[in-house]
Amino acid sequence: MKKELKLKVNGQPYELFVKPKTLLVEVLRDLVGLTGTKRGCSSSSCGACTVMLNGMSVKSCSVLALQANGAEVVTVEGLAKGNELSPLQRAFLDHGSYQCGFCTPGMLMSTTALLTENPKPTKLEIKEGIDGNICRCTGYNSIVRAVTAVVKGEYKEAK
Amino acid sequence: MIKDFERFAPKTLKEALVLLAKYGDDCKVICGGQSLLILMRQGLVSPKYIVDIKGISELSYIKDGKDGVKIGATTTHRAIEKSPVIKKKYPVLAEMETRLASIQTRNWGTIGGNVCHGDPAGDPVPVLMALNATLTVAGAKGTRSMPVDKFCLDYFEVDLRDGELLTEITIPAPLPRTGTVYTKFNVIESDLATVSVAASVTLGAGDGVCQDVRIALGAVAPTAIRARKAEKVLKGKKITDALLKEAGEVAATETEPISDIYASEEYRLELVKVLVPRMTKEALARAKKA
Ligand SMILES: Cc1cc2nc3c(=O)[nH]c(=O)nc-3n(C[C@H](O)[C@H](O)[C@H](O)COP(=O)(O)OP(=O)(O)OC[C@H]3O[C@@H](n4cnc5c(N)ncnc54)[C@H](O)[C@@H]3O)c2cc1C
Ligand code: FES
Ligand code: FES
Repeated sequence: MKKELKLKVNGQPYELFVKPKTLLVEVLRDLVGLTGTKRGCSSSSCGACTVMLNGMSVKSCSVLALQANGAEVVTVEGLAKGNELSPLQRAFLDHGSYQCGFCTPGMLMSTTALLTENPKPTKLEIKEGIDGNICRCTGYNSIVRAVTAVVKGEYKEAK
Repeated sequence: MIKDFERFAPKTLKEALVLLAKYGDDCKVICGGQSLLILMRQGLVSPKYIVDIKGISELSYIKDGKDGVKIGATTTHRAIEKSPVIKKKYPVLAEMETRLASIQTRNWGTIGGNVCHGDPAGDPVPVLMALNATLTVAGAKGTRSMPVDKFCLDYFEVDLRDGELLTEITIPAPLPRTGTVYTKFNVIESDLATVSVAASVTLGAGDGVCQDVRIALGAVAPTAIRARKAEKVLKGKKITDALLKEAGEVAATETEPISDIYASEEYRLELVKVLVPRMTKEALARAKKA
């Protein structure tokens, strides 16, 4: 039996009907149609499915969609303002913080959540901030460098 | 694939207990789902009904008082880790939480869910044993309380009877001159423990004698355990390196570790012998400063 699910995704309200077993990642990708959020392992390990739920990072493969009823979700598609990428997105581009790009949406969401909570993290705190995200390509250093550049104020917020 | 189920989302503890009494064995509790959804995905658990307690806000709290701190079962790991009162008065709990899984899992997973999951490698239970915590469970017939070590029965089995929920964890205020520490040995920082050790030492006034000590071990038996014989080696004495070494060796005899992909039985025993003295010594150093 499907149940009503009301939530906001990147500011846009949605009213959907989902089965109780539906996961948040399935709602985002299959019903809302935002496929930036990736599904890598479906077992809470890789972090590619990370989104922000009421301001907190969560692994959307491991949250029942109905637990997000009434919540505000931000996905990687919600980071840019119009055509202007967010500071972290621009820093990732400049620092080559991705190769295949599969982990990138999750990395961006974890680091966005980190900087929202703690705008001046240390290098160790940046590493801890992406502890739940696996990248098979970059070796992580380029990601840490990009976040460090944003922390140092090298990238201004889009207006 | 997760099998279909019907879900109820009570808003109060009372409503939840009524639902649990009604659906009995056909139903399973879910809170953050960080552990349960994995089991459901693997088809190991396929409940017909799910009582979702994540939204019961009356069970999400950290209340500090003179006698100690009370933590509601649906409090997230992250809320504990960030709580100023926990960081100040029970720093070992916050330190443990920062090493539990990843931030995303800690943001949604709860301490109650962790304790009820009954994983012998879980981080909170050994720490709660060292802190002498008590658990309160509620059912249709009323509430019961028990020390945390009585709650853990076997691999993934805890003392929750028909339709009961864990509601609260109570940690007594630390005695003066008490130090408590925790560590886990693991290969990847956010992994579960290969072996974990929590130790709490209370010193007597002025004499430096170990008045009380609790040592708890994770991932070396079907549940987290107290190393009571090792504690006896130290209690009532002035702690020396020789006594610590003996305590480590005695602790190893109290375990029944298994071999798995992370470590052999022998390796786990060695870890106990090394980590028990090391952590108890750290607890002692903290107690001296407290
Ligand atoms: C990738 C990953 C890494 C992890 N690493 C660690 C780690 O390093 N250390 C560690 O300790 N844990 C670790 N965990 C386990 C996990 O974080 C916790 O066990 C989790 O927080 C459980 O909380 P939950 O609210 O999600 O519980 P759920 O998954 O919802 O429930 C777990 C179990 O408890 C029962 N339950 C939940 N709440 C109650 C209640 N109040 N009363 C009665 N029964 C209840 C459920 O029925 C179920 O059987 C990891 C998990 C993942 C996915
Ligand atoms: S898909 Fe969610 S953590 Fe890998
Ligand atoms: S860029 Fe390929 S996984 Fe990270």
